Amino acid sequence: MSKDDQILEEFASKEYEHGWTVDFEADSAPPGLNEDIVRFISAKKEEPEWLLEWRLKAYRNWRKMKEPKWANVHYPKPDFENIIYYSAPKAKDKPKSLDEVDPEMRKTFERLGISLTEQKRLTGVAVDAVMDSVSVGTTFKKQLGELGIIFCSFSEAVKEHPELVKKYIGSVVPSNDNFYAALNSAVFSDGSFCYIPKGVRCPVELSTYFRINAANTGQFERTLIVAEDDSYVSYLEGCTAPMRDENQLHAAVVEIYAAKNAEVKYSTVQNWYPGDKNGKGGIYNFVTKRGICAGDYAKIAWTQVETGSAVTWKYPSCILKGDYSQGEFYSVAVTNNMQQADTGTKMIHIGKNTKSRIVSKGVSGGKSQNSYRGLVEIHKRAENSRNFSQCDSLLMGDKCGAHTFPYIEIKNSSAQVEHEATTSKIGEDQIFYCQQRGIDEESAVALIVNGYCKEVLNNLPMEFAVEAQKLLALTLEGSVG
Amino acid sequence: MLSIKDLHASIEGKEILKGINLEVKPGEVHAIMGPNGSGKSTLASVLAGREDFTVDSGEITFKGNDLLELEADERAKEGVFLAFQYPIEIPGVTTTNFMKTALNKIREHKGLEPLDAVSFLSRMKEKMKLVEIDQTLLSRSLNEGFSGGEKKRNEIFQMAMLEPTLSILDETDSGLDIDALRIVANGVNKLKNEDNATIVVTHYQRLLDYIVPDFVHVLFDGKIVKTGGKELAHKLEEKGYDWIKEEAGVA
Ligand SMILES: Nc1ncnc2c1ncn2[C@@H]1O[C@H](COP(=O)(O)OP(=O)(O)OP(=O)(O)O)[C@@H](O)[C@H]1O
Ligand SMILES: [Mg+2]
Repeated sequence: MSKDDQILEEFASKEYEHGWTVDFEADSAPPGLNEDIVRFISAKKEEPEWLLEWRLKAYRNWRKMKEPKWANVHYPKPDFENIIYYSAPKAKDKPKSLDEVDPEMRKTFERLGISLTEQKRLTGVAVDAVMDSVSVGTTFKKQLGELGIIFCSFSEAVKEHPELVKKYIGSVVPSNDNFYAALNSAVFSDGSFCYIPKGVRCPVELSTYFRINAANTGQFERTLIVAEDDSYVSYLEGCTAPMRDENQLHAAVVEIYAAKNAEVKYSTVQNWYPGDKNGKGGIYNFVTKRGICAGDYAKIAWTQVETGSAVTWKYPSCILKGDYSQGEFYSVAVTNNMQQADTGTKMIHIGKNTKSRIVSKGVSGGKSQNSYRGLVEIHKRAENSRNFSQCDSLLMGDKCGAHTFPYIEIKNSSAQVEHEATTSKIGEDQIFYCQQRGIDEESAVALIVNGYCKEVLNNLPMEFAVEAQKLLALTLEGSVG
Repeated sequence: MLSIKDLHASIEGKEILKGINLEVKPGEVHAIMGPNGSGKSTLASVLAGREDFTVDSGEITFKGNDLLELEADERAKEGVFLAFQYPIEIPGVTTTNFMKTALNKIREHKGLEPLDAVSFLSRMKEKMKLVEIDQTLLSRSLNEGFSGGEKKRNEIFQMAMLEPTLSILDETDSGLDIDALRIVANGVNKLKNEDNATIVVTHYQRLLDYIVPDFVHVLFDGKIVKTGGKELAHKLEEKGYDWIKEEAGVA
């Protein structure tokens, strides 16, 4: 067996570290979707009438829509009538403070390496954790409150700040944007809400963790981040799910609104259960993430490290509407075994002197398929716009696939658009060089891949960069014999 | 320390090493010379455990153990170091990070704790001085965009960091300017002691003025056809390889 073959055979033996379930009493809706379920969810959450109407409208649209087929992914169609659209871990009353959060649930988060306790406070991360579909406690709220920053679960925002939610929900990703966004709009159960007032720099990283726990449930969270003029925030999302034989659906929506001269950094480490090595089980990760630089000089930067999910369909995008606004997309997507990822970004240049930068690193092993799909669109009035795109693919073995689909549409001749792409195989020379220095083959692969992705990892906040590096190493674990 | 007996090795069915015998004792410096393509780098690669080459027959023992039983990284952990003729680029990995990883793997093998940041840094500083290498070079991606000379100097820096028992320098002198040659050779000499040994592969007598060998071997068509003292190198420099070919009856 050649070394490459060995690498890819063994690559498959990596186990999913977060694969266990926790027994909570769940308060669930019956499987399937109809208007009553939508009403049930809305009622459970004690929502105002306008939001119920908004959901119902989304639901009616969704019924008329078809699943997107253009992505380079193949999977059995989810049975939408068999999914549980709402499942809340049962708690006696809503926790008032962290100490009141269900100990089982806190243990779960600790096993995930996330402590909701003082630790995070010390490291300066405010955490909002969403298990299945309900948000279970946000640290730091008081301190943030003094600055006028709102960071809470989506449902709480609906109750406490309905005017803000009403103003911005669906303003970046309309409820009829696409099949999965419409589905999410109809049934979303919780998520995070951030609001940074004018002129405020959020002093800590805001962070949310999602976990799917109950069987047969879909997770439909919604994140809305609003940054007013001259504000700044760095927001992080992480996630895990237990190992299950059946595929589970995750269809999230993230909306970012950046006003004049505001800057939003959104980072995510996606680690949903990828399925076993034969492709059984795993999460369908069909996510719509979009930000708008609504004001001049606004800036949105997406950084993603994608290692999990059986199928990923995800294109965090930027609408550069304000003049001199900037969009950035940094992505590492690692696929292994039978995983399929179709991910990338859209940079829509509308304002003058807008700039965007795309750095995508795909690493594929096993029999996985990894596609980059990106659109750079320069509108007619987007004078002097610039884009730079770099898409690199690294192959581990020869049973996997790497694909690049760059689309460029330029309607203004002053635009400068540069696209670079490379495809390489992990080098035996590099592995041997490392080995000659005493580094075993497996660690060598991790070292080389981390180096390969460095430009992206460098954009993650320190603490999460370390976590992401470990995650990459873990994904590559057992990849060599 | 190192004992090679009747070593035959091939690549893709083509025999390259055709019966090598070599004994290296602690404290010794051996020079290996020989025309292009004679198998010098192949010998170095086989010693280091490169899997592309097949060892068809023969034995290699290192510190009393069968070296051929060990994986490349295990050999390195046991103290075999190869300064590459063509050092490899690893984008995004700095020399510092590379050395930290390597050193801690070797320490782990020896049952030692990982080196703490302060000790690691002071070791770095000490070795940087030894080979007069600039810190900025060590913070760049390993070998990426390094000049030929910088790559070679970096190899010797790594050797200094890892303190191997057997160092194999494959044409470390080629690509070095005159000053760098002296500096690198000085570094190698300072690292020498009675417990370690060095095998120097070179085409030029010049390096051997600085790193004085105890033995000079001439490799020709996969075999060591002549062994002598350092004066042999002078003779080769003067006369080339033809007379050896004649002597060995292969011309
Ligand atoms: N991967 C390979 N495939 C086929 N032949 C190879 C391979 N590697 C080395 N060889 C051959 O083996 C022979 C010995 O090569 P080697 O690199 O050991 O020579 P050398 O003595 O180090 O030469 P130089 O002085 O030029 O560095 C050469 O004929 C070379 O072409
Ligand atoms: Mg050579």
